[in-house]
Amino acid sequence: MPMDAKEIERLIKASIPDAEVSIRDLAGDGDHYAAHVVSSAFVGKTRVQQHQMVYEALGGRMGDVLHALALTTSPRKD
Amino acid sequence: MTEQQAVHDWITKTIAANDVVLFMKGTSQFPQCGFSAQVAQILNHLGVNYKDVNVLEDMGIREGIKTYSNWPTIPQLYVKGEFIGGCDIVREMFQQGELQQLLDDKGISYDKRSAVV
Repeated sequence: MPMDAKEIERLIKASIPDAEVSIRDLAGDGDHYAAHVVSSAFVGKTRVQQHQMVYEALGGRMGDVLHALALTTSPRKD
Repeated sequence: MTEQQAVHDWITKTIAANDVVLFMKGTSQFPQCGFSAQVAQILNHLGVNYKDVNVLEDMGIREGIKTYSNWPTIPQLYVKGEFIGGCDIVREMFQQGELQQLLDDKGISYDKRSAVV
């Protein structure tokens, strides 16, 4: 079942309020996305922890309705 | 012991007994998912000796590895017992030379001539 990019962004921002989220629909089918998330909440965290925060924001959808979300994260550098 | 505990114990033993372990769909020679194939390809390219665990052969491991690492997807790479990441992280680390650095730091041998991206 495809998931709307706006919904992905909304879920991430609901959990990580200062997140800057950019999402690309890789195949134009609403099912294969690449997301880049930048947040100050990632500072001092490992990449695994940063990705876990995003997966947590997506509430179990990752690996389920969201099969193909390529994710990159960066801590915000002020 | 619950079934999940038994699976977690098996995973702990497996990643303790092998320096590099890749939980994947399919095998290192015949991956059955594009994401698993990408990580296997990176490890094969680097000439790393690793143990592949085909989660498609065991539903208990397929689900248990996700709760073990609190990580929702497969593949999952472990080095010296530590969870390193899934496809996105491993690819990013490889491209930035961090994976090669990690192998160096952990004393794991690989083909250094292939380490240049």
